[in-house]
Amino acid sequence: MAEIQTGTMPGRTRGMGELIDIAGKVTEIAPFGRTLAELASERSDIVGLTADMGRYSDILPFRDAHPDRFFNVGMAEQNLIMIAAGMAKTGKIAYCTTYSVFITRRAYDFVALACAHSMANVKIFAGMPGLVNGYGATHQATEDLNMMRGIADLTIIDPCDATELKQVVRACADIPGTVYVRNLRGKVPVELGPDYVFEVGKAKVLRPGRDVGIISTGYMSARALDAAAQAQENGKDAGVLHVPTIKPFDAKTVLEFASRFDRLVVAENHKTSGGLTSLVIETLYDAGIAKPLIKIGLEDSFFECGSQEYLEAKYGVDTPRFVRAIVEGR
Amino acid sequence: MTVLNHPPSEVDLFALKTRALNLRRKMMMMASGKGEGYIAQGLGMADCLATLYFHEMRYDPQNVGWRERDRFVLSTGHYSIAMYAVLAEAGVLSADELPTYGLNGSRLPMSTFDETPGVEMVGGSLGHGLGQAVGMAMALKLDGSSARVFCEFSDGELQEGSTWEAAMGGATFKCDNLVALIDCNGIQADGPVTVRIDPVADKMTAFGWETLEVNGNDIAALTRALAASREKNGKPKAIVMRTTPGFGIPTIMARDRAHFVRIDNSEWTALIEELERENG
Ligand SMILES: Cc1ncc(C[n+]2csc(CCOP(=O)(O)OP(=O)(O)O)c2C)c(N)n1
Ligand SMILES: [Mg+2]
Repeated sequence: MAEIQTGTMPGRTRGMGELIDIAGKVTEIAPFGRTLAELASERSDIVGLTADMGRYSDILPFRDAHPDRFFNVGMAEQNLIMIAAGMAKTGKIAYCTTYSVFITRRAYDFVALACAHSMANVKIFAGMPGLVNGYGATHQATEDLNMMRGIADLTIIDPCDATELKQVVRACADIPGTVYVRNLRGKVPVELGPDYVFEVGKAKVLRPGRDVGIISTGYMSARALDAAAQAQENGKDAGVLHVPTIKPFDAKTVLEFASRFDRLVVAENHKTSGGLTSLVIETLYDAGIAKPLIKIGLEDSFFECGSQEYLEAKYGVDTPRFVRAIVEGR
Repeated sequence: MTVLNHPPSEVDLFALKTRALNLRRKMMMMASGKGEGYIAQGLGMADCLATLYFHEMRYDPQNVGWRERDRFVLSTGHYSIAMYAVLAEAGVLSADELPTYGLNGSRLPMSTFDETPGVEMVGGSLGHGLGQAVGMAMALKLDGSSARVFCEFSDGELQEGSTWEAAMGGATFKCDNLVALIDCNGIQADGPVTVRIDPVADKMTAFGWETLEVNGNDIAALTRALAASREKNGKPKAIVMRTTPGFGIPTIMARDRAHFVRIDNSEWTALIEELERENG
């Protein structure tokens, strides 16, 4: 996308809040929209919708390839979800985009009842989840997992990188019912190896480890891998379990993984209440397991505006925070 | 702040135009410092804000919490650059603070928050303004206050259901102390306004609002419309403003993609020169 610019100016936000460039990482441009365009060439039942966020949600490659199946409903998120539900109930698979906050906070009722309750084939690709954004609380979906988890019969996916996101776009077409995906847009890093396979409802061990077990979701799993590599130099071997599907939750794999370690770290680009951390703790408790656990995530607050680097360091979700948790156990 | 209850004289109009130019200067300083921003919308709104803050509204820059103040509710949070410019011009904010626009830890973020003195609401999630303005107008009436509420919102916000829910409320609760200033600049995030919103004035009228349509970059026309909006006749007032994004700087006015401008330093410098050449 022409919008995307490389390099960050110190102390400055990035205008429209794409993921920051991390030195030395391979990236892919607009993996969501490109994959959707491909998939739609294979399947005529796919439609794509946005609420005035086409340019900023990476759906334009789909629009350009299939203009007759693309609909911009204007800045009307409730209507976006209602129209998508209506199309889904009339035989289409409706992929929709806008930012996470506007789906979760504004259109919640419609996602729950027009979509999830009817198992409508609506696939919501929600942009800029978590702290990936310089605009402050109005644009930071820091409680979206918590909110969406509250909706029955909804599938929730938080992909790690471009490799996974592309597989998720395809998988969604075959997952029955409504799916909420935390979309990654712009220049999306490639973190997972070419052999990585996404399976809905399955957590994946990315690194076996010995000393401490990190359970993470979304791009925090990439942070975990980076930090684990750094911590190796300090003689600590961290394992990483990536949990892309938040709902349905893979309790079995989480328990197997957790039981191998004396201490755990849980990490998410979300508040530490109501999302992955809560799920892990509930799962351990139900299984009668109690062990030291460090939470890496956001406090229960509204967050200010600023560059991603600034915010991540300030709120303790950057790579050094992970290294400290692994090496020093605090 | 004195309210001019008479039509503005040539002298007043000249003073307002100077204010509007000052606002544009301030906005260009902020956007060029940050390297990006919603400058086109800000420039388009300068005439309206100059007219409100230096002609129509009653407020005390030294006491932004004054209960009897007229409220200006900026619904379109990304127009923050225009809000900060007028707050600085009015003496609510110090001009020294403006260069922090959008920087880490700044009180002047890219989108408005009510921690900033003089800002009445949190504005980045669009479609929040009119309903809150209706609530403020209702509470002021309940208190027997003569203060009024001026609520700006954008043409994009006319696509949000919440705006129309609020429009019904404003008429139902007879908010004749409320003036909606609808910034129809013809653009939204993905380009030209796509989903049909016109005829805006007819729609507002049908919803029970007394409605006028003006060129939002014509200060004299704005003063007349605002004077008409003072009438206490049991109806809320709406002023549909046709504004030109980038007004005052032809290069920005001609820009294809005006919603968000990110250009390099030399281009910003050239645009500032253009502003002075065209208006100075
Ligand atoms: C509820 C909500 N939905 C979507 C957005 C993202 N967004 C930011 S600006 C914008 C365009 C809105 O139209 P308008 O205010 O007329 O835009 P402009 O004239 O500034 O281009 C959109 C969709 C938002 N901020 N809030
Ligand atoms: Mg507009």
